[in-house]
Amino acid sequence: MTAPALEARSLTRRFRDNVAVDDVTFQVDFGEVVGLLGANGAGKTTTIRILAGLLPPTSGQAFLLGSPPSRASRRRLGYVPQGLGLYGDLTVRENLAFAASAFGVEPATLIDPLAGASDRIVSNLPLGLQRQLSFVTALQHDPEVLILDEPTSGVGALAAARLWDRIRDESDRGVGVLVSTHSMQEARQCDRLLLMFDGRIVGRGTESDIVAGMTTVEVAADSCSWSDAFSVLANDGLLVTLNGTKARVIDLAPADVEAKLREHGIEADVQVVPSTIDERMASLSIRAPAWKEDGSLSRVFPTPAS
Amino acid sequence: MSFGVENLTVRFGRVTALDAVSVVVRRGEVTALVGGDGAGKTTLLRTLAGLVEPTSGTVRRPGVGRLGYLPAGAGSWKNLTVAENVSFIGGAYGLSGADLADRADPILERAGLADARDRLAGQLSGGMKTKLGFSLAMLHSPDLLVLDEPTTGVDPVSRIELWRMISEAVADGAAVVMATTYMDEAERAAFVVLLGDGRVLLSGEPDELIGSMPGTIVETDAPVDSSLAWRVGPVFHEWFPWTVPDGLTWLRPDLEDVCIAAELRDRLIPVGDTQ
Repeated sequence: MTAPALEARSLTRRFRDNVAVDDVTFQVDFGEVVGLLGANGAGKTTTIRILAGLLPPTSGQAFLLGSPPSRASRRRLGYVPQGLGLYGDLTVRENLAFAASAFGVEPATLIDPLAGASDRIVSNLPLGLQRQLSFVTALQHDPEVLILDEPTSGVGALAAARLWDRIRDESDRGVGVLVSTHSMQEARQCDRLLLMFDGRIVGRGTESDIVAGMTTVEVAADSCSWSDAFSVLANDGLLVTLNGTKARVIDLAPADVEAKLREHGIEADVQVVPSTIDERMASLSIRAPAWKEDGSLSRVFPTPAS
Repeated sequence: MSFGVENLTVRFGRVTALDAVSVVVRRGEVTALVGGDGAGKTTLLRTLAGLVEPTSGTVRRPGVGRLGYLPAGAGSWKNLTVAENVSFIGGAYGLSGADLADRADPILERAGLADARDRLAGQLSGGMKTKLGFSLAMLHSPDLLVLDEPTTGVDPVSRIELWRMISEAVADGAAVVMATTYMDEAERAAFVVLLGDGRVLLSGEPDELIGSMPGTIVETDAPVDSSLAWRVGPVFHEWFPWTVPDGLTWLRPDLEDVCIAAELRDRLIPVGDTQ
């Protein structure tokens, strides 16, 4: 059996007293696209940096193409950071040539629309073209593993679809792909998902595996009183968001939602609906009172009584 | 009561940023603008906020004192503390002392910024900075809130908090128009406008757009025309503008599929050629 493309074994990384990555174990096989999800500070970037050999773990092991990350194995890795990793004051052609020489390969042949822009300064290009260039640059040395950070953020639906076509083509030819993302559209493109929270992996599998066990209800009041229903629930310290003119409430049983509304004389249709991954993340941070920097939710909303 | 633009054209020199765009922004609703970079979202929002003069067409917006605007990636002064930002913006709208505190305290509390009053805005995390920007934009209870990609680059937990704050403003009767790059967010708006190259490619309620999409989208392993197909996980979605070959399974599209199909249609059918 061949080793996986990427593997984390009980990976742990401390920065002083802070455990950024806490006993993380997972693998990415060749030919699959795995999505790594989590809020800021959940440990995604630290995990990626360890797997790419940019940061040593405090304990545990990281494997890139079957061995601890090394200069040799990093030559077989393609990385597209969120900042795109391009030189803004160089042209398209110069960026490509620079990266190609670093990897000791011939620069990739450009196709349109990038070919038509090959002498343009990168910082003057629209974001969609910059993203395409970042891909071509990361792929020109035929990597066997790809690590991508929000690869399609900020581009239109069709441009994003074309970038994903590219990513799936790579996985079809056997490349193992790890995508770190905040975007639920990108999560839907992945074969499998990992959800990180507070340095640990707290969910694995499909979207429905990750939201399993939590409750979201939608409240449909009649058209004249939807804002009253919303306000009653919001003033009660619940995490309420709007879906059209329906209020969505997480982590509260439908009967309790109905009871709260009835106290204020509001009759509404209350239905259990599938939760989203965002709602799962919000629920986790509400329940973790000592959550880090951006732990404002836990201050605004008291930990629900179990 | 509603705001919006009608037949709005904006040119910068020889570049047409917006071309005969009409959008209605209703009170008590979120109107979401989607589209790629260069589609015209920011120009439309800046025109609504009164920062760009229309070349032609009409703009319906409240007076400056009843309008809140959150530009992309900003909205606060990074060298001022949270409290200083609040008194500066409050002062600009004639709010001070107890009146300002009555309005600002609950907003900061709900934004999770009550304990961060003495921190410099520039030192807040991205999510907190966005929530501060939004809090400042709605300090004077505006009738129209214009938000330029408030959730881009903001992590999911802060994003859901921000969506809650936006929802509360809507429940209080504000009209909200926001640009977003997240389709799942647009799907929760009451009304969605897809812009492409300065034109409206689609507009309507999310369900209506999904239900009335021209042509058909199927799920397939082997697309007939790869220029009209795109990958979704391990399978392909393919758009058939006119008729679908026998034996293919019809798919109920999501908003993202519908937007991709609308962009494909825009390339397929030249402007002005109506089917």
